[in-house]
Amino acid sequence: MNVRPAAARVTWLVGAAAFVLFACALALLIGPTSIDRSSILLEALDAVLPVDVDSGLNDRQASIVRTLRLPRVALGLLVGAALSTAGATFQGVFRNPLADPYLLGVAAGGGFGATIAFVYNLGDGRGFLDMVQIFAFIGALAAVGLTWTMGVLGDRTRSASSLILAGVAVASFFTAMQTYLQQANTDDIRQVYSWFLGGLNTSGWVEVTQLLPFVIVGVIVLVLASRSLDVLAVGDDEATMLGLSVGRTRIVLVVVASLLTASAVAVSGLISFVGLIIPHTVRLLFGASYRIVVPMSVAVGAGFLVLCDLIARTALSPAELPIGVVTAFFGAPFFVVILRTAAGR
Amino acid sequence: MSQTVPAVSVQQVSVHVKKATLLNNVSIDVAPGEWLSIIGPNGAGKSTLLRSIAGVIECAGIVEIAGTPIAHLSSRQRAGLVSWVPQTPTIPVGMNVLDYVLLGRTPHLHPLSSPGKADIEIARRVIDDLDLTGLADRLVETLSGGERQRVVIGRALVQESPVILLDEPTSALDLGHQQEVLQLLDRLRSTGDRTIISTMHDLTLAGQFADRLMLLAAGEIAATGPASTVLTSELIETHYRASVNVTTVDGAVLVVPRIHPPNSSATKEP
Repeated sequence: MNVRPAAARVTWLVGAAAFVLFACALALLIGPTSIDRSSILLEALDAVLPVDVDSGLNDRQASIVRTLRLPRVALGLLVGAALSTAGATFQGVFRNPLADPYLLGVAAGGGFGATIAFVYNLGDGRGFLDMVQIFAFIGALAAVGLTWTMGVLGDRTRSASSLILAGVAVASFFTAMQTYLQQANTDDIRQVYSWFLGGLNTSGWVEVTQLLPFVIVGVIVLVLASRSLDVLAVGDDEATMLGLSVGRTRIVLVVVASLLTASAVAVSGLISFVGLIIPHTVRLLFGASYRIVVPMSVAVGAGFLVLCDLIARTALSPAELPIGVVTAFFGAPFFVVILRTAAGR
Repeated sequence: MSQTVPAVSVQQVSVHVKKATLLNNVSIDVAPGEWLSIIGPNGAGKSTLLRSIAGVIECAGIVEIAGTPIAHLSSRQRAGLVSWVPQTPTIPVGMNVLDYVLLGRTPHLHPLSSPGKADIEIARRVIDDLDLTGLADRLVETLSGGERQRVVIGRALVQESPVILLDEPTSALDLGHQQEVLQLLDRLRSTGDRTIISTMHDLTLAGQFADRLMLLAAGEIAATGPASTVLTSELIETHYRASVNVTTVDGAVLVVPRIHPPNSSATKEP
């Protein structure tokens, strides 16, 4: 008898949970202010769990843990989970290993929205319902909507390739508008530039609470629907004959994954590669079935981004490196690994 | 024909793609438990007819499964009634045989749920029936053509639909596996009352296993009936542009191509 799903999956999920906890603990412990390590962990437990734990920290130290480090770790978890889950879903929906969450124009649309807000001084990207976040969110969804409309107009069967091509066109268009706006207002170029490289900027728990509902709902839906990605893998015709409503499945998954991506982009800017490399890593380690790839991407993506953020804020301390630089640094060489594996098949 | 509702009823089905007519006014009823084999030269419209019955292409006319027009069914309901073995299936990368066969359980599962113990049991039984037991954990993409073909048939069988459509089910198989697969299908239809519609290039095999043959040529029905009336040298020579001998061995109609066609010059215009 072979070792089959249930047992293996439990082991992997436990392993992934351990990885996430390890990443969180590490990120909590390391920072510019040195605080007693065990006390940090106790304080974090006190904040997260519904039990009273006495950490022995003074008010200032407790506040560093509770309002600086913890929310930042939480935001990293949410953004990492959102991007990698959305990436895995896009790869399945479009049967394309190079698909990432930005495939349908989310990045270009979000970038255009954010640039408008920066240029007209509507916000700075931080805080509750900040205009940069709102504009980025709306821009991202507008781009996906336009891509979908163009793809469907161009090809009534809504084939994967027509949507991808429409995505390329829409992304170029939004990028052109964004670049124009940016070049016409060079005073704001620094802000725009730094937004484009991504960052986990927190003002207390505000960003986390804004993002949380999107991530919870989105991730649950995508994990539950992951089996339909396995069905889609046999092509639209065969999937239809297997009883899958291909058109409806595709639109539901694209809408949910796009909302998830747009909400993450709104609070953290453009963080590249996470949505691409995490699903691939998971696939190499645990197998290609989306029933494994999607849930494992949630955990591995969350832990990975927390670690990247740790590097981003410590490498040039006290200055901060944009997190997109860190993810790209690890992401680019990863392509070589993917290529080698693909060639070995 | 008895008075029962046909398992599959094709009524005046036509398929036009741009200006080309792929199928023209095809009508046929297939009884429950019957095996109909569609034969005909390349481009006659065999696969198109199967795809129309499967509901994956738009067609004019009506296709009914067990009395219900398929146009009124959701893809899930339809998949509960008809399964399809395509001629060139898309093989997903990195999927093992058991998971692939389990895809056939899709119409029986809620869209957001996963296959359970009962589904896995059904899949394992079919895998055993198809002589694939040792391959359950292998990746489908690493299998030989014949093994792959049986895996795809396995996926259709676990769908447990009353009607099975097979597009050239034996073209990738060696003689032994051809016989095995066709015998398995034959057993399923006699014991499980399944209805089978297949397209076949091998005329002898088609005639041996099917109850009825349907000869399609240029999108129209040229002949239907038992092998003895459809597999005649006249019909085959007309529609296949082949020169053949038709003989009967042990009740099976044998179609044998002639190496040296008689009076080959006579076919030329005077």
